[in-house]
Amino acid sequence: MDLALFYFLVLGFAIFMYVLLDGFDLGIGILYPWFNQDSERDHLMRSISHVWDGNETWLVFGGVVLFAAFPAAYAGITSTFYLPIMLMLFALIFRGVAFEYRFKSDTSRPYWDVAFSAGSAIAAFCQGMLLGSLVQGVPADVDSLSSLHWVTPFSILTGFSVMAGYALLAACYLFMKSRGRIQTHSAKLAKRLLLITILAMVIVSLWTVASQVDIRQRWFSGFNFLWLSPLPIITLLVAVLAWRDLHRHSEGKNHHEGRPFWCAATLFLLGFAGLVVGLFPYLIPRQLTFIDAASPDSSLLFLLPGICIFVPLICAYTFWGYRVFAGKVEDYQEGY
Amino acid sequence: MDLDVAILSRIQFAFTVSFHIIFPSITIGLATLIAIWEGLWLKTHNPYYLQLAKFWIKPFAITFGMGVVSGIVLSYEFGTNFSKFSEITGAVLGPLMAYEVLTAFFMEAGFLGVMLFGWQRVGRKLHFFSTLVVMTGTWISAFWIIVANSWMQTPTGYKIINGKFEVESWMEVIFNPSMPYRLTHMVVASLITATFVVAGISAYYLLKKKNIPFAKKGLSMCMWFALVLTPLQAWIGDMHGLNVREHQPTKLAAMEGIWPAEEANVPLLLFAMPNMKTESNDYEVGIPNLGSMILTHSWDGAVQGLKAVPPEDRPNVPLVFWSFRVMVGIGFGMMGIAVLALLLRRKGRLFKNKPFLALVALFTPMGVIAVLAGWYVVEIGRQPWIVYNLVRTTEIVSPLPPERVLFTLIMFVIIYSLLIGVYLYFMRKLIKKGPPSMTALEQQLIGMKAPGYALAWVKTLQHKEQQTNESPANESQNKTQGDK
Repeated sequence: MDLALFYFLVLGFAIFMYVLLDGFDLGIGILYPWFNQDSERDHLMRSISHVWDGNETWLVFGGVVLFAAFPAAYAGITSTFYLPIMLMLFALIFRGVAFEYRFKSDTSRPYWDVAFSAGSAIAAFCQGMLLGSLVQGVPADVDSLSSLHWVTPFSILTGFSVMAGYALLAACYLFMKSRGRIQTHSAKLAKRLLLITILAMVIVSLWTVASQVDIRQRWFSGFNFLWLSPLPIITLLVAVLAWRDLHRHSEGKNHHEGRPFWCAATLFLLGFAGLVVGLFPYLIPRQLTFIDAASPDSSLLFLLPGICIFVPLICAYTFWGYRVFAGKVEDYQEGY
Repeated sequence: MDLDVAILSRIQFAFTVSFHIIFPSITIGLATLIAIWEGLWLKTHNPYYLQLAKFWIKPFAITFGMGVVSGIVLSYEFGTNFSKFSEITGAVLGPLMAYEVLTAFFMEAGFLGVMLFGWQRVGRKLHFFSTLVVMTGTWISAFWIIVANSWMQTPTGYKIINGKFEVESWMEVIFNPSMPYRLTHMVVASLITATFVVAGISAYYLLKKKNIPFAKKGLSMCMWFALVLTPLQAWIGDMHGLNVREHQPTKLAAMEGIWPAEEANVPLLLFAMPNMKTESNDYEVGIPNLGSMILTHSWDGAVQGLKAVPPEDRPNVPLVFWSFRVMVGIGFGMMGIAVLALLLRRKGRLFKNKPFLALVALFTPMGVIAVLAGWYVVEIGRQPWIVYNLVRTTEIVSPLPPERVLFTLIMFVIIYSLLIGVYLYFMRKLIKKGPPSMTALEQQLIGMKAPGYALAWVKTLQHKEQQTNESPANESQNKTQGDK
C-alpha cells in the first residue's frame, strides 16, 4: 500500500513535470500565429530548441511509470483512449521534427511553421481532452474501446482550457527570456491568456462539481471545503500577482521578469492539486484505484532505487542544462 | 472483407518499430564516432577531427530527432494496441523500460541540448563531456531495451500468478540467456552501420572531388574500424546463432530452412524457396555438411528442424530464411570491403580507386538494411510467440474496432513516408553543403563563436543591466566594461 502510494506520487510528479515543461514549449507553438515575422518565429523556436527533447521525455517517463507500477491502468487508459492518444502522437511527431528541419529549410519554411504550430496545438488539445474525459469517467463495458465516449462538450472545453493554459505558460516564458518587442507583445498576450485561463479553471471546476457527485462530496461534505479552500484562494492571489507584474511592465516599472512564469507554474500546480483531490485514489475514476492497479512488490521494490537515485539526478542536470542557457535568448546564429 | 484487428495491430507495430530502429542504429554508432573525433581533436589539436565532429553532428541531430519522435510512439503502442500484453507483462517489462528512461533517455536529452547548441556556452572539456554522456546514454538505452526484448525471447526468472508474470529473480530476468549475445550483436551492428554511413559519404566526396582532406580522413578511419568490427561481428553472430540453436531451435530451423524433425549432415543453403505447404524447400542449392559445421561446430552435427513442432507453432519460414540471408550477405560484403580497403591502402590507391569508392558509396545504407533484416529474423523467427513458448501474439491484442486501427495504420504509413522523404532530402542537403570550412572553424575557435563566449557575454550583459538599474549615472563606465 505505502509503496503503491509512493508510485502514485511519482506518477503525479512525472505528469506535473511534463505538463509544466512541455506545457511551455507546446505553448510556444500555440502562440506562433500571434508572431508573424520570420525573425520572431526564429526567436520563439530558438528559445526552446535546446530543451524540448528533455521536456518531452517526461511524457515517456509518465507512460513507463504507469506501465511499470500500474500495468492494468496503463493497459486500460491507453487502449480506451486509442484515438486521442494516437492523434496526440501524430501531432507530436510533426512538431518534433519541425525543430530539426525548420532552421535548415529555405523554401519549405512556411510548412514547418504550420507543422510546428498545428502539431503543438493539437497535441495540447488532445491532452486536455484526455484529461476531461478521464475526469468524467470511462464507461465500464466493452464498448469503451469502440465508442467515442471521449468526445463530449466537457472534454472539448478541457481541451481548449489546456491549450490556453499552455499558451499562458509560453507567453510568460517568453516574457522572461526575451527583450523589446517580443517581450512587450508576450506581456500583452499573457495578460489576455491569464484571464482566459482563470475563467476556464472556474468553469471547469464548477462544471465538475455540478456533474460529478463524488467529486462534489469530496469538496463540500463536512468541513472539507474549509481545508481545501486555500487551493482556490491561493490560485486567485497568484493570478493577481502575475497580472500586476505583467501590467506594470507596460508602464515600464516592472523588474520581475521571471515572476509571471513562476506564478503561471504555480497556477498549474494548484489546478493539478485540485484535480488529484477530486480523483484520489482512482487512476480510472470509479473503476480502478492505484492500489488495485499496483504491480507486485517485487517489481515496485526493484524500481525503487532507480527512482530515488535518478529522479533527483535528472532534476539536477536538467536544472544545470537550463542554467547553461540562462539569460535572454540571443538571436545570433548559435548551434551545431 | 473482414478486417482482423490482430493482424492490423501487428502490421502497425512492425511498421512503426521498423521505422524507428533505422534511426537509433545510426545514432548509437554515430554518437560514438563523434565522441572519438572530438576526443582526438582535444588531444591532438588536429583541426580535421573537429571538422569531422562538427559536420557529422548535423546528420546526427536530425537522425536523433527522428528517433525521438518515432520512439515516443512505441512507448505508448504497447498499451494502445496490445493492452492485454502490457497488463500481463507490465510487472517485468515496465520496470526495465522505466530504467531505460531514467538512466538513458533523460541523460541523452539533457546533454544533447549542450552537445548541439552549447559550443559557445561551455568550455571544450565540458562540451566533450556532454558528447560522452550522450554516447553513453545511447549505449545504456540499447542495453535496457535489448534486455526487455531478450527476456521475451528467452524468458527466465519469472513466475506466473493469476495469469500475470511476476518476477522471482531480477538478475535472471536481466541476464537472461540470450541477452549478452543480442546486445553485443546489436551494438556492434550499430557501430558498423555508422561506420559505413560515414565511409559512404566520404567516398562520395572523393568521387566528386569535394572536401578531399576531410573525406580522406573519414574514409581511412572508417575502413580501419570496419576491418576490426566486421570480423568481430561475424564471430559474435556465430555465438548468437549457437545460442538461438539452444534456446529457440525452431527459429534456427527457419533461418536455415531445415524441415526434418531432426537432421544431421545439414547443408548450408545458398538458395532455396522454403515452401510451408509442402514442408520442404524448392530449388535448393547448398554446400553439403557446411551447415552442420557452422551450427554445431562439428562435421555431422544434428539440429532440430521445423517439423519437430506442429505447423501452428512455426514462423513464416521464407521471410526468416531470406531476411537472414540478406543480413549475412551484407555482413560479408562489408567484410570484403574492409579487406579490399586494406589491400588498396598498401598499394596507396585507397582514395583513388573509383570502382572501390563507388562500391563504398553504394554501401552507405547497407548497415541499416542489415539491421532491419536482422531484426526481422529475430522478431518473425520467434512467432507465433510474443513471450517465447508462453504467450501467443494473437492472444494479447487490444479488442479495438478494426477500422480504427486501419485508420491509424494508414496515417502512420502516410506520415512516415513523408518523414523519411523529408529526412533523406535534408540529409542530401547537408551532404551537399559539406563540412564547415577551416576558416569558419578558426573563427569559432578565436572569435565571436568561441566556446564560452556567449556565456561570458550574457554574464557581462546581466552585470551591466544590474548596474544600470542601480545607478544609471555609471553608464559610460559600463560601456567600457561591455566592450571588454
